[in-house]
Amino acid sequence: MAVVNTDRPPAGDAARKVADAHPDLILGEHSLCPGCGEPVALRLLLETLQELDLVQRTIGVVGHGCYGSFVRIMDIDVLQCLHGRAPACATGLKRVRPDTAIFTLQGDGDMVNEGLAEIVHAAARGENITCVLLNNGVFGDTGGQQTATTVLGQRTKTSLDGRDPERHGHPIPIADLVAGLDGVGYVARGGVGTARGVARTKRMLRTAFESQLAGEGLGLVEILTMCPTGWFVTAPQGPDYMGEAMESVYPLGELHPRAAAAAEAAA
Amino acid sequence: MSPATTAAPRRELLEGAEAIARAALAADCRFFAGYPMSPFTPLLESMAKLMPEAGGVCINVESEIEGVNMTLGAAAAGTRAATGSCGQGIALMQEAIAEAALNETPFVVFNMARNQQDYFQCTRGGGWGDYRTLTLAPKDVAEAVEHTQLLFHLADRYRAPTVLYGDPLIAQTRVGVEIAPLDLPPLPPKDWALDGTQGGTGHSRQVWTWAMGKATEPGPGPDAHWQAIAAKFEEIGAAEQRWEASETDGAETLVVAFGSAAKFTEWVVEGLRAEGHSIGQFRPITLWPFPGEALAAASEGARRVLVFELNAGQMIDDVRQFAADRSVVRGIGGVSIHESGLSYGPLLDAPEIRRRILAALEEED
Repeated sequence: MAVVNTDRPPAGDAARKVADAHPDLILGEHSLCPGCGEPVALRLLLETLQELDLVQRTIGVVGHGCYGSFVRIMDIDVLQCLHGRAPACATGLKRVRPDTAIFTLQGDGDMVNEGLAEIVHAAARGENITCVLLNNGVFGDTGGQQTATTVLGQRTKTSLDGRDPERHGHPIPIADLVAGLDGVGYVARGGVGTARGVARTKRMLRTAFESQLAGEGLGLVEILTMCPTGWFVTAPQGPDYMGEAMESVYPLGELHPRAAAAAEAAA
Repeated sequence: MSPATTAAPRRELLEGAEAIARAALAADCRFFAGYPMSPFTPLLESMAKLMPEAGGVCINVESEIEGVNMTLGAAAAGTRAATGSCGQGIALMQEAIAEAALNETPFVVFNMARNQQDYFQCTRGGGWGDYRTLTLAPKDVAEAVEHTQLLFHLADRYRAPTVLYGDPLIAQTRVGVEIAPLDLPPLPPKDWALDGTQGGTGHSRQVWTWAMGKATEPGPGPDAHWQAIAAKFEEIGAAEQRWEASETDGAETLVVAFGSAAKFTEWVVEGLRAEGHSIGQFRPITLWPFPGEALAAASEGARRVLVFELNAGQMIDDVRQFAADRSVVRGIGGVSIHESGLSYGPLLDAPEIRRRILAALEEED
């Protein structure tokens, strides 16, 4: 097995500057694996809150997965909740504090396996919250088992020969499912495997929060994130693997644009 | 036991569930989430009607799991919040009730139970980790009105979920009752609650079962945090025991019962005493913490301790643990369910209770 070089880029290197830069809301270094896409998504999320001037009116609701360790390094009020239940907890928070901006942070195991009912019903109720799904198609925190979004053919520790629909069923494209519900304000799928994807995902997050502030209903931003450890590839191989294996099944783009944007496009 | 009231409101004819809903609103409950299930349903319906008028939120949820987690979220924001169900629905909520006990989120759970088979569920908890739920078991609607207000107070005071153990008689009986606000001592501000205002200050707040804090401000972590939680429940266990002891001094026979059943046994015991029997009654009002020392004192010298509960024998475990002489403890209740499955069966009947007590007296005499 290839050993991943965990060293930071050398001092003076341009990449070092990027690696060390962080917005004010990040209090320390993350503890996730090299090549993980989740810290990139966290940074986009926190930068978006800063840019929209929401830092002192935001509550984050965080589920259970690798990203759960972000609770220690994000300088935002946080409710750390049970696996799968973030949209329900967020509903309670938002209903009694309607002036806050509420986001949930869940992985695919959290949202699509354990908490499918919660996200679907929160969407149908039109809760004014922004739900962020970090989808890497695998249970990363427990070491690489199959989730509800594992793509067909993908090898995991519980689908050793690749996910076989006969034995393991089919993946659930949650964002597409939610996008079809009345009650949603905005649904999009981004990915952090490329620079373009990162920039696009950030615009999606911004749009989702703007939709929440406008009271348009539930926003869902699914973000495809690399998990080289759970995919059993090297860190540098992560983005390419994601592009080939996941983006072909989960194409990037806006699945339910904001109503105003949709009307504009139609006109 | 009844704290003084600050006003003298009008006595009204109300169904128990509506009286409890009004008491919750009087205690500033402003969030309620529930899933219909008899006999909890009328409480949800009352909340759906009354909560919007009070400026609060009531959500008819898609599952008990969602309901209790919504309640946890609202409570984490500092709002007085409640949920409820009965038996099976409360079983679905146990994971989140345990979570709330461990992340210190206060709210009230109304178990409008179908019978008395949820004693273990209320007092032992079906969740995970070292926690208990402070549980009050009113004997009638009037007491439920007091207990409802007290439970919101105690939940906030200890930052822990609390439970009202009701039943079909309390939920669905229409009685004359006053919603008299309890005069309870002031509580500290909820400076722990999440309002979103602390972001970017370096001191943003967390509600977190693991209590690990931030990279820049480490929290106690699970080891120290859960030890502190355990110590807190020990404190509650010592400080919050409530009970009612009637004519227990020197009584040869002591009847122990809780909730509505105790109202039936109370009537039977008074009758037997009037006939010359040496008999008293002990009623735990808090099921947890169980009033063990008080029971030990009340049962001192008793030749028999008769436990009447409408289940296969659950509270009797606690009675045996604390009775002055455990060898004289015996159960005279049993499983008794109405054929609908939704309420008590024929055993909750004063003549039958009297027959069982007399049989116990004759058996040993």
